[in-house]
Amino acid sequence: MAGIPHDHYEPKTRGEKWLHSRLPIVGLLYDTLMIPTPKNLNWMWIWGIVLTFCLALQIVTGIVLVMHYTPHVDLAFASIEHIMRNVNGGHFIRYLHMNGASLFFFAVYLHIFRGLYYGSYKAPREITWIVGMLIYLLMMGTAFMGYVLPWGQMSFWGATVITGLFGAIPFIGEPIQTWLLGGPAVDNATLNRFFSLHYLLPFVIAALVAVHIWAFHTTGNNNPTGVEVRRASKAEAEKDTVPFWPYFVIKDLFALAVILVVFFAIVGFMPNYLGHPDNYIEANALVTPAHIVPEWYFLPFYAILRAFTGDVWVVMFASWITGGIIDAKFFGVLAMFGAIAVMALAPWLDTSSVRSGKYRPMFKWWFALLAIDFVVLMWAGAMPAEPPYSTISLIGATYWFAYFLVILPLLGVIEKPKAQPETIEADFNAHYPKAADTPAE
Amino acid sequence: MFKTLCIAALSALTLSAGAASAAGAGGEIHDVDFSFEGPFGKFDQNQLQRGLKVYTEVCSACHGLRYVPLRTLADEGGPHFSADQVRAYAQNFEVFDPELDDFRTAKSSDHFPGSSLDNAPDLSLMAKARAGFHGPAGTGINQLFKGMGGPEYITAILTGYTGKTKEEAGVTLYENSAFPGGWIAMAPPLEDGMVDFDDEHDNSLHHMSEDTAAFLMWTAEPKMMARKQAGMAGVILLVLLSALLYLTNKRIWAPIKGKSKA
Repeated sequence: MAGIPHDHYEPKTRGEKWLHSRLPIVGLLYDTLMIPTPKNLNWMWIWGIVLTFCLALQIVTGIVLVMHYTPHVDLAFASIEHIMRNVNGGHFIRYLHMNGASLFFFAVYLHIFRGLYYGSYKAPREITWIVGMLIYLLMMGTAFMGYVLPWGQMSFWGATVITGLFGAIPFIGEPIQTWLLGGPAVDNATLNRFFSLHYLLPFVIAALVAVHIWAFHTTGNNNPTGVEVRRASKAEAEKDTVPFWPYFVIKDLFALAVILVVFFAIVGFMPNYLGHPDNYIEANALVTPAHIVPEWYFLPFYAILRAFTGDVWVVMFASWITGGIIDAKFFGVLAMFGAIAVMALAPWLDTSSVRSGKYRPMFKWWFALLAIDFVVLMWAGAMPAEPPYSTISLIGATYWFAYFLVILPLLGVIEKPKAQPETIEADFNAHYPKAADTPAE
Repeated sequence: MFKTLCIAALSALTLSAGAASAAGAGGEIHDVDFSFEGPFGKFDQNQLQRGLKVYTEVCSACHGLRYVPLRTLADEGGPHFSADQVRAYAQNFEVFDPELDDFRTAKSSDHFPGSSLDNAPDLSLMAKARAGFHGPAGTGINQLFKGMGGPEYITAILTGYTGKTKEEAGVTLYENSAFPGGWIAMAPPLEDGMVDFDDEHDNSLHHMSEDTAAFLMWTAEPKMMARKQAGMAGVILLVLLSALLYLTNKRIWAPIKGKSKA
């Protein structure tokens, strides 16, 4: 593996040598754990461990829940109540799983915005970024299908609305929708395939997480300065880095423990705060809830989906130029997926030669606006689709696209970046003046 | 800069998180100080028993509790009756037995019967399936401080009748200040002094409504006290773990940062 020069695992005993010449697994684990890591990483670099924990938590709690859950339209809701009432500890495991999804998305959004601010997506880390986006897409799919499993009102109607999006695709939409649902409407076949995929996808995510880690262990971590680790020699690299173990493992575990304090407080004291009360009503195809609202982590993109109504000029223009093939509904679907696609394309849309937002005086403000935009969209997505919320959604959606498609490319040309530190070591020593006098070890 | 932004974004995220639950033009719902609220809140066993009595004598004429096993009435953290009391209580109900293909007297291993009236919703989960509090403006702040307001919603419905009625398509509707839309098909179920309590507790409409709401909170969330205990244990252990990891982290980084070892 290319990358930052560092010590590799050397088998010492005969047993170690025997294993190493057949399966260098200890070496792999050693190199992964001892990877040289920029020593100036700040607290926004902890979300990776939080996310890994979330994935493990969801898989473990999920496997236990499956032991008691029944994927059938007549039995699913009752089997959840069985878990909540009769299974030992079942209520707590289910609430961990339910709120675990929220923690997962909370962490992934901060992880993504960390990447957007510090330019972690830029060369040579494009693959890490793209794989991350794939993981995010799979997470959304998994969470959505998981939300359908309790077979409550929001499960059912959420599934109806979201699979209906595929029906908006011109010509082939309806057959695709039927194929996805396994029938003309959301029913037992839908519940069963969602259950199957909800169990499968987390393992696909786990595999992609391995690829994600592999990719950034090849390029090395980004860091708050965006300046690369010097890698001409091992001695030089060691001035910029410390091994991941124990320095960052302990730091990240500390952060994880603090976050889990809040998480356990939510699970223990207000486990339904982030959920929707309607999902404690069993699914009923004859009664439509007053407001169909997705879970909070989908709201920004739900707002973008609903923002483009038939009276918006771009929608009218798109409809006119395609002879009506692209209608408002399909435009909304394209916008929603497009909003994630433009984010995935950030490595090629950002023209700035400076990686970290810290040294980009104009970028900082546009980025801050993007973060605010995201929260505003989240809020607008929860409100009814009527003025003034629809207008706010439209402005928010427009800014989202403008940031990636116009502002990022332009800023690289017009912005005059500030001076970056020469090395990571220099940045670190500026923070900790005494570190320079007393070199480590 | 990024730090401030993060804090701003974090707080905004937490605040807007509850926005998902903002829905519907709810009526007038007032906060009730239930004993089971907050991290240390516990069900009041006597109140649950009174609520059960109101349920048995009034609500159960139309509504059911199909997800609630009768035996759980003996559970700790619930009404906590003795096994004999539950067996005796179960005999109040007739349940359908598919093996006999007929109705029989209920046993404590059975569930409560479902609703006997088609348009009377099952009450098992009612206290979690309704939210009394929203907003303001979809931010979820109210729910953060007052709770979701399910039991408050039930109390408000039971006490919210104004006395006015109207006919719509042959159905009598009753004006209710809590019900969304203002008109409800359920006739006022409770009135002052309707149910007598063994402990001679106040049986005004207001008190009975709160007792019923508390009982329905228990049917919706029977493991609430166990959950809060587990949550508290988790929080305390994790605070300890955080403190230990903080000190460990400080110590291992000290030589790197050129600080003396703490």
